[in-house]
Amino acid sequence: MTQEKAPAAELPIDAVRPARPGRWLGAAAALLFLVWLAFTVIVNENLHWDVIVAYLADGRILGGLWVTIQLTVLSMAIGLALGVLAAVMQLSDNPVLRGTSALYTWFFRGTPLLVQLIFWFNIGLVFPTFAIGVPFGGPKLIEWQANEIITPFTAALLGLAINEGAYMAEIVRAGIRSVDPGQREAAESLGMSHRQVLRRVVLPQAMRVIIPPTGNQFISMLKTTSMVSVIAGAELLTVAQRIYLGNFEVIAMLVVASIWYVVLTTIASVGQHFVEKRFERGHVRLSSRVRRNLRPLTSKEPS
Amino acid sequence: MSAPAQPPGRPHGQPSGLPMVRIRAVRKRFGPLEVLKGIDLDVPAGSVVCVVGPSGSGKSTLLRCVNRLETIDSGRIWVNGELMGYAERGGRLHALRPAELSRQQRGIGMVFQRFHLFPHRTAIENVMEGPVTVLRTPAAQARRQAAELLERVGLADRAHHYPAQLSGGQQQRVAIARSLAMRPSLMLFDEPTSALDPELVQEVLAVMRDLAASGMTMMVVTHEMSFAREVGDQLVFMDDGVVVERGDPREVLAAPRHDRLRAFLGQVL
Ligand SMILES: Nc1ncnc2c1ncn2[C@@H]1O[C@H](COP(=O)(O)OP(=O)(O)OP(=O)(O)O)[C@@H](O)[C@H]1O
Ligand SMILES: [Mg+2]
Repeated sequence: MTQEKAPAAELPIDAVRPARPGRWLGAAAALLFLVWLAFTVIVNENLHWDVIVAYLADGRILGGLWVTIQLTVLSMAIGLALGVLAAVMQLSDNPVLRGTSALYTWFFRGTPLLVQLIFWFNIGLVFPTFAIGVPFGGPKLIEWQANEIITPFTAALLGLAINEGAYMAEIVRAGIRSVDPGQREAAESLGMSHRQVLRRVVLPQAMRVIIPPTGNQFISMLKTTSMVSVIAGAELLTVAQRIYLGNFEVIAMLVVASIWYVVLTTIASVGQHFVEKRFERGHVRLSSRVRRNLRPLTSKEPS
Repeated sequence: MSAPAQPPGRPHGQPSGLPMVRIRAVRKRFGPLEVLKGIDLDVPAGSVVCVVGPSGSGKSTLLRCVNRLETIDSGRIWVNGELMGYAERGGRLHALRPAELSRQQRGIGMVFQRFHLFPHRTAIENVMEGPVTVLRTPAAQARRQAAELLERVGLADRAHHYPAQLSGGQQQRVAIARSLAMRPSLMLFDEPTSALDPELVQEVLAVMRDLAASGMTMMVVTHEMSFAREVGDQLVFMDDGVVVERGDPREVLAAPRHDRLRAFLGQVL
């Protein structure tokens, strides 16, 4: 490695910054507003801070919190699987598979989640029994009563996951399409099967495009689970509502629930940051230390 | 039309007169545009065929048809005595199933103008990818072989760099090693140096020269006439979907017979 000789004289830049009074004024105004806001909230007797503190770690609230986490994680996992399936079907050359996938995303993105949740909860009205066996009226191996297996939790999971899958399908599809077709050709010419090309080459690269919006979906799912309260899903908001119907501390209970939602979304945002970094592999902007140890990059190579 | 007679079990790497690639009456169209208009070409085992021609003459398409990245509309292509893409049974052609096509493709290495290394894998992981995924080679063994191949293309010290951390010439050499890892009997090169800065061209050509000297059968689309003259056993000039002129590169380049080739050489030399 050749080292350039240090220049003979140093020329430090020790410049005077221009005065910016507007900046100070704006900051002072914003700060004043925040202090006033905090003051009015803290001294407000109607907020019942003692009640909020007492219920923050209440057993029922923590139970609801746990259900919210379960619903979020499970419906995102199932939704992601459905999304990958639907996206792969959408990109296949089989028109029936493409149509099925298009129908799925069209229907579930076209109807409100709230309606879907109520529908799944009441599915027993349409299909009183579920069975595994030969379809179209053939013999049945196992049969369940709808009102036994459709609990608020399973209805919520069905509604959230299937609805999420329709959105994830679009996200996954955009990710797959973002991968250079040359990657597929290079993999194919090594003799990889279509499935190997997808699993080893296309999906890992699509992840870079898929992960950021999926993180956003996850964070919004944490809050969307509160919709399950219409079918009494036993998650955070439902539990908070049950408590305030007994003690009439409506605002305090909503504050308790909100504090936990903020905690969950904050943790998820931090997690998102680390997952995104993990999938930047191979696309790192090189630190100057690494770059100095490399031969110069050519200007013509693809990014 | 029937497959040419091939003696079974011909020892690998022995230059026999038999063609490694045999292309007959191949036609290919993209919609209304006929890109290959009846190509006949033989590549003897162990020889290097350089394909030159103006942009859009169908050179890339021809290579892509040989390793089945594109399907052909009519004609036949045999590689290593095997009809590409079809099996002949009872006087009819039957399209091969995907697994059979993949088996045919893995015997043919392809090097692309823009490298197409897997960006999420390091150099050595790129080279290991084919053996591990397709041939189910144990990882430790694949890693040893990959290290040897990187050594062979002069990149042993770059094994753990990601493609984005390599120069174009280094990326292309990794791409060559990645193809060689599948132990192909034929290597296809589609303008392997066209995306490189001039000072990086020679390091890639040097690797290709070594490969040719080791007895590899190669089809090379290139604008590097000095490479064709020096390494090529045959030069093929394509224009507008047909082979216009072919022969010994030194003779063809010294005394081109067709005006179109003369005009083309006037531009590239
Ligand atoms: N997938 C495709 N769909 C439609 N047209 C195509 C496709 N691939 C190639 N072509 C067309 O076929 C013709 C031949 O293309 P090809 O890439 O084989 O030329 P080439 O000789 O390799 O040219 P170059 O030197 O520019 O690489 C061109 O007119 C091109 O536009
Ligand atoms: Mg080309």
